[in-house]
Parts: sequence; C-alpha cells; structure tokens
Amino acid sequence: MQFDQILQYVLSGLSTGAIYALIGIGFSIIYNATGIINFAQGEFVMLGGLLTLSFLDLFKLPLWAAIPCAVAVSTVAGLVFERLAIRPLRQPTPINLVIITIGGSILIRGLAMLVWGKDTHSIPSFSGDIPIIIGGATILPQHLWILAITLVIIIVNKFYFYYTISGKAMRACSYNRRAASLVGIDVRRMVLFSFIISSAMGAVAGIIVAPLTMTAYDVGVMLGLKGFCAAIIGGMSSGISTVIGGLILGVLESLGAGLISSGYKDAIAFIILLLILFIRPQGLFGKADSERV
Amino acid sequence: MNIRCVSVLVMFVTVLFSSAVFAAAPIKIGALFAVTGPAAFLGEPERNSAKMVVDEINKAGGVQGRKLELISYDTTGDATKAVQLATKLIKDDKVVAIIGPSTTGETMAVIPVAEKEQVPLISCSAGSKISDPVKKWIFKTAQNDSLAVGRIYEYLQKNKQTNVSILTVSDGFGSSGREQLKAQAAKYGITIVSDDTYGPKDTDMTAQLTKIRGSHAQAIICWGTNPGPAVIAKNAKQLGIKIPLFMSHGVSSKKFIELAGDAAEGIKLPSGKVVVADLLPNSDQQKKALMAFVKDYQNHFKAEGDHFGGHAWDAVMLIKTAIEKGADTPVAIRDQLEKVKGFAGIGGSFTYSAQDHAGLGKDAFVLVEVKNKDWVIVK
Amino acid sequence: MLSRERLGFLCFALLIALGPLVFKGGYLMNVLVYVGINTMLAIALNLLLGYAGQISLGHAGFFGMGAYLSGILTATYGWNPWLAMPFAAAVVGCLAGLIGFPVLKLKGHYLAMATLGLGIIIYIVFNETVQLTGGPSGFSGIPNLSIASLTFDSDVKSYYLVWSFALAVMLFSLNLASSRVGRALRAVHDSEVAARVMGVNARLLKVQIFALSAVICSLAGSLYAHTVTFVSPASFGFNFSIELLTMVVIGGLGSIYGSFLGAALLTLLPEFLRGANDYDIIIYGSLLMVMVMFMPGGVVRCIADLYRKLAKPKHEGGHA
Repeated sequence: MQFDQILQYVLSGLSTGAIYALIGIGFSIIYNATGIINFAQGEFVMLGGLLTLSFLDLFKLPLWAAIPCAVAVSTVAGLVFERLAIRPLRQPTPINLVIITIGGSILIRGLAMLVWGKDTHSIPSFSGDIPIIIGGATILPQHLWILAITLVIIIVNKFYFYYTISGKAMRACSYNRRAASLVGIDVRRMVLFSFIISSAMGAVAGIIVAPLTMTAYDVGVMLGLKGFCAAIIGGMSSGISTVIGGLILGVLESLGAGLISSGYKDAIAFIILLLILFIRPQGLFGKADSERV
Repeated sequence: MNIRCVSVLVMFVTVLFSSAVFAAAPIKIGALFAVTGPAAFLGEPERNSAKMVVDEINKAGGVQGRKLELISYDTTGDATKAVQLATKLIKDDKVVAIIGPSTTGETMAVIPVAEKEQVPLISCSAGSKISDPVKKWIFKTAQNDSLAVGRIYEYLQKNKQTNVSILTVSDGFGSSGREQLKAQAAKYGITIVSDDTYGPKDTDMTAQLTKIRGSHAQAIICWGTNPGPAVIAKNAKQLGIKIPLFMSHGVSSKKFIELAGDAAEGIKLPSGKVVVADLLPNSDQQKKALMAFVKDYQNHFKAEGDHFGGHAWDAVMLIKTAIEKGADTPVAIRDQLEKVKGFAGIGGSFTYSAQDHAGLGKDAFVLVEVKNKDWVIVK
Repeated sequence: MLSRERLGFLCFALLIALGPLVFKGGYLMNVLVYVGINTMLAIALNLLLGYAGQISLGHAGFFGMGAYLSGILTATYGWNPWLAMPFAAAVVGCLAGLIGFPVLKLKGHYLAMATLGLGIIIYIVFNETVQLTGGPSGFSGIPNLSIASLTFDSDVKSYYLVWSFALAVMLFSLNLASSRVGRALRAVHDSEVAARVMGVNARLLKVQIFALSAVICSLAGSLYAHTVTFVSPASFGFNFSIELLTMVVIGGLGSIYGSFLGAALLTLLPEFLRGANDYDIIIYGSLLMVMVMFMPGGVVRCIADLYRKLAKPKHEGGHA
C-alpha cells in the first residue's frame, strides 16, 4: 500500500472528522447542561447550509454577510425548539425526551422540505477549488477552512466554559443541577443557552461543509448520528476529547472505505459506536460514572 | 316562477342528466409514481408529464370520444406501498392499465399483482429484468440499463480503454447498473479492475477514488443519480485524476452540470435524446416529438423536461394509440400494445412484440459530453 | 365464568373475524392485512418499551431479519415455509438474546443509540449482501403460505392468516402482562435496583423480553414476506423503526389494545392523507411531539381518563 494513498485517506478523514467533532460538541453541550440528547442536532447542520443558500440566492447577500445571517436564524430556530418542545414537557423521562426530539427533528426536516424542496443545492467554496498537494495527497482550500474554523471554535469554547461566568455556570449545571440552582444559577436559562450555542455550532458546521458535500433537506440525519458517535467516543465532553473522537471516527471511516469495503462504510461508524458503548461507555477519555440509586 | 319556467328547467335538467348518462364514461388509467421520497427525482417529472399529456389529450376531445382519467398515487418509492396501491387501482378504481412504478424495486414487487389480476403494466423503470424474461402483462418504456452500459462499453472498446473501475451507488438504480456492467464486460472485451460502491447520501468519495487512482484503470464508470456523481466528479478533480470519467443516464440533466460545476467538463454519458433534442439532425424521426415535449414541459412546469418525464409521456401515448385501435379493456389494451411498431416516443422508437416488451434498440441512447457547461453529442 | 378481560378479548376477536364481511374483499382488505402485521410489531415493541421500559429504535431490523430469512430459505433453498418461519424466529431470538446481554446494560439515551446503530447495521447488511438478498432492488418470488390444498394468496385469506397470528400474539401478551412476569417487568421499569433487591433477576429478564420481542417481530416479518412475496431493504430501515415507535406512543405505552389502535391509525392515516403527501412527514413529527406533550399515556389512556372524568360528576352532583 503506497504511502500517499494512506495519507490521502487520513487527510480526507480528518476533515470529515472535524465536522463530526463540531456536531458532537453540540450534542455534548446540550447533554451536559440538561441531560437531554437532542436528536434534532443534525437538523441545525442542515439549516445552516440551506439558510446560507437562501441568503445568497434570494437576498443576494455576499458570502461574508450570508453566513452570520444563516447562523443567526438557525440559532433562533434552536431557541424556538427549546421553548416549544423541551420546556413544556410535563414528564421529562428519557423515553419522552428521546421521542420528542425525534419528533422535532422529523418536523424540522419536513418544514425544510416544504421550503427548499427535495433538490440538492450547491454553495460556492469560500476561497476557490484549486487542490493543494501535500506529500502526494491533495486537499482543497475548503478543507483548510474546516480545520481552521473547528480549531477556532474549540478555542472559543474552552475560553467560554472556563473563563466566563455564564460558561462556568453551565458547567456547574452539568455537574449537579440542584446544587447549581442552590447557588443562584438560573438553570432554565442555562438550558436555553445550551440550545443556542449548540444550534449555532451545528449551523456553522453545516455551512463550512456545504461547499464540499452540497446540501439538501435530509443531510442532517446521517451527520447527526455520526456526530453523536463522535460525542460518545469522546465521552460526552464539550472539549478536546470529543474533537479527538470525531477525528478518529472520520479517519477510521475513510481508511475502512478505502482499504476494506466502501459499501460498509456507514456500518463502521456504528460498529465503533456499539463497541465503545459495550466496552467503555464513558468514552475513550471519560471517567466512569456512578449512578445514584 | 311560473309553470313554463319550471318545465323548461325540468327539461333542461333531464337533458343534462341523460346526456351525462349517455355520454361515454371516461377511460381510467392508473399511475404509480414515487413523487416523494428518495426517488422523487424520477416520480415527480413522471407524474407531471403524465398529467400534462392526459390533459392535452382531453382538451383535444379525448380518445374515440372518451376522456381519459388519470388516477395517480404516490408510492414514496416504497415497494410495499406500491403493491398496496396497485391493488387499490385495480380493485377499487377499476383501471384498465397501470403506468409506473418509477423504480425497479417497486416494479418487481408489483409484477405479481399485475400478472394475477391481468391488468397491463407499463413500467417507467430501467431494470432489464423487468422485461427479461418477458412477462405477459408487463411492458416498459424506460430504456434498459443494459443499452446504456452497451453504449459506454462500445465507445471504450473503440478507444482501446478496456481496463475500467466501476463505482456504483448502493440503491436499486446503482445495483441494477452494476449487474449490467459486470454481465456485459466480457462481450466488449472489458476488464473490470475494481468494483466499489457508495451510499446514496454519502458526501465524500475520495477514499474510493484514491483506491481507483492507485490502480491501473484506464477509465472510471460511475453509476448513480444526483448528488453522488456530482460529488464524485468534484472529488476526482481534487485528486487530480486524469483518466476519463463516465457517468450513467441517471445524471443526464442540467442539474448535474450545475452541481458539479467545473468538474463536469469532459465527462461523457449515455443519454436519452430528449436532453440534446435541439442538437439532433432534422432527419431524426424523434426530433419533432422531443422538441414539442421539451417546450410543453417548460411551459407547464417551468423546468427542464427530462427523459424520466419522457417515460411517462411515452406510456400514456402508447395506451392512447392502443385505445385508438379500439381497445378499452385490459386484455384488449395488452394485445394492442404488443402490436406497436415504430412508435416515435421520447425514449426512442418503440416496437413491441410477443418476445420483446421493452421495445427499444441501441438508438435509444446517444453518447454526450459536457463542454462549456452544456451537452454536445459525441460522434 | 369468563372474566371481563377474556370477554373483551373475545368480542374483539369476533369483530376482527367479521371484518371481511363488512369490507367485502375490496382494497381496504389489503390495508387491514398490514394493520395486522403492524399490530404484531407494535405489541412486540410495547412489551419492551411500555412494560419493561427499554427503548429500542432498531426493531425494524428484527422484522427485516425474519422477512429475509423466511424469504431466502423458501425461495432460494426450497425450504417448507412452515419450517422456515419458526427456524427464522429461533435464529432471530437467539441473536437478539446474545446481543441483548451487552446492549441492555445500557440505559436511556445510550440504549436508544445502541439499538439505533444495531438497526442501521442490519439494514446495511441487507443492502450489501447482494448474492443472498438481491441488494437494494430486493428479491421477489417468495411463495405464499399454504396448508394442504389451501393457499393463502388472496387478500381475504391473508387477512385471516395474519390476524390469527396477531390475535394469538395479543392474547399471549395480555396474559403475560397480568402474570408474574408482567409484574416483574413493571417492577424493573419503575426501579431496576428495587426490583433486584426484591429478587428479580433484572438483567436476565430484560434480555428475555428483548429476545421475545425480536421473535414476535421475526414472525411478523415471515408473514409479511409470504404475503407480499417481495422484500427489499427499504421497508426495514430507520424510518420504519420510528413509525413503530410512533404507533406504540400513540396507542399508549403499556396498553396492548393501544398498540392495535396505534398500528391501525398509522397504517390507515396515509390512506386519508393521500392528497397531502408532502405533508405526511410533518404530520408524523407533529404527532409524536403533540402526543408526548399532551397525551403521554397515549390515546387509550386519554380516553380512559376522559371516561373517568365524565363519570365522576354524577357522584359529586349529590353534594350540591
């Protein structure tokens, strides 16, 4: 097996993995603040891409203006979702939460289908399509954008959660909600914040990957699932562990497709998920959880 | 109102009702299209075309003085629903013939129903096994994917590029194409160097293409429908792959060129003639029907009339010609369909017989190439 | 003398038996066959979800395994369908039991995701093993079931065949629910640790109910294969698992008759929504959300509550 082939697999896998990582962090943030797995996370990724398309085509905004608008609208969608679906829930058992977020994701997908149709759409790359050659393998400028933006987001995240009051408050909620509310943290507002941040991140992920993969009303499903796998591998942390989880997932998928079998590529992600859940459910980097009886 | 008005009114109403009674009942044609769901790119243009041509026929007075009634159901691309709805069309709506379904999988599921209930089915899907072996009540208007494969292989053989890698999508369309690509390779002296697949929703095929780049393939044949092939075209350009890339008729639409952008230049594929109707020589017997169809579809639906819509158009027109010959029951329509000779349709020139329910020959496809974001015919 | 539950069930069975007389072999007959199959599947999921409280988002996988195993054994290898069906059920049950041990250690969202992953892996296997399963185009030619000279090839005959099985499953589940096992299941649902303390082998019980649920799904799958005579992977994907979940939630977790109601509603709903096909995905999503928010016990419980509320004022009126 030639070196440049393996390098290509790895490089392609890294950029896909970065997307999984961004989505996975979105899952983790909500989970840590609320204990909810938001099955609709993938749909915000989809909204980011499609909204950018609308702002570009319908409102004829330039790219640098369309992107923040798209992120803003997606964030509002996340807010609305939290208010309408999560907050009024009378019996927040895990089953009900799973079902309501699944229902929500189906609803968002259906609305997207009505608004944008079933067609696939393409978005222009941020800075052209000329391939860059690295040691026999090639990547596109868009891949560099993806890696760079992911890095920026991670740094911003770390700063937010560790050096700002509201970030620390959210972390407090994730450790122990009751204690957090006892020291005066408005837990419900933290829940809202977590949804806002996650939907914004999801939208950004969708926007930076859309020029490569094109976008349609149903891109969110698989991306959401794989992002969740990344989060599980990383132990549901909202930091570097999930990023590594995502990158590992992306690279393993790419290597599997190239070296073993392309048909079973999706199965690889889920087999890894199952293995992690069976053998080390706290993720590769997490500490084991203890359950209060 | 006085008694005279009332009696005129009564007479008028009676005449109206009796004329309704005496007016010939419409001929009911059933249709099963995957208008929503993963095969919507097939079902929606098919349903649109079918409605368009039925409306036109009715506006021109119908067939043999009778109007056509199109009863069309959405199968969402699900074989189970297709079977259910076929039963509904036959038992509840009492149609005399069924057009569709849109995909090979659904068609295979519906075949036993049509055969058992003895109602002719004109499928709009490409799978060769629909009409091979021949089934008494089953016809098709879509070109066999074996013909498309043959076109590509013929060209490759001529240009001595006989080592090919195939990359097919893992759905009904792709797997049917893959079967044909493998089955016909020997006949044209083609060697399949590698055989890879990708999922319909996959967004990155660089892994498969990297593998192909490292092999000694002289050409790549990709069999799928949008958006996968567009991603593959872009990935191939990114990886600097120089060997020629062929696509299937699944992407013979302007949408593919739009999605793939610059990466589409130089890609060749077999296409139904409708896509290049304006480039055909005037001597081509299909040209008139093709141009009319394209213009019509554009007027009605503000979109490109593609050859998927053409399959449904052909099916309705074939039924119309059968009815014109006096058939109005399922048995009679079936018999008349078998007698069709040289019908210049959108998909090609149809000639059915007792042994051939597919009706098309090699001329159903032309090889086209993308140049300057548009199609040109390859000689 | 028959208990009220038994009597209720007999009435229900009688209504089902009279179905064909009302619908006279029309198109609706065909739909009702599917209602029967979906009822079996919904009950299977309900046993797991409603009684034992374990979420599964991959049940379509077991349904598909039963269908494909029956189909392949009978069409490709010429097995007798009546042998293939229990064999398939046994295979699926064993596999479910084996995979159940590690999977059911998980709880809540993790269990949901694990079963989701399982279902998708099974779907991918159906799609990729083209030699056996015909791949994405599916495969046809599966024979109908027959007993002696009677072949179940018409809608009415299939109706009776499928509903015999469905009624048997219903009766079995109703009995199970009111038995020791049923009580143990509900104990595990409420608090697994408490149940363990009381001597219930929670782990084993969960795996057993998971396997049982899978077996019922497999039977339904076999019946599906022999009725439709065609199978393709598209019918056994993630979307169908969600549909099943919706059926159970609408009907009411823990209510066997509710599962029938949910199955009937969701199978018949598309018939009435025929004109609005683009909207049905929205309706599914909204239904799920609305049900969970406003009717968490499902339709059956909601009706029962309403009935109780309406019956109450008669007593309170006396105080005025």
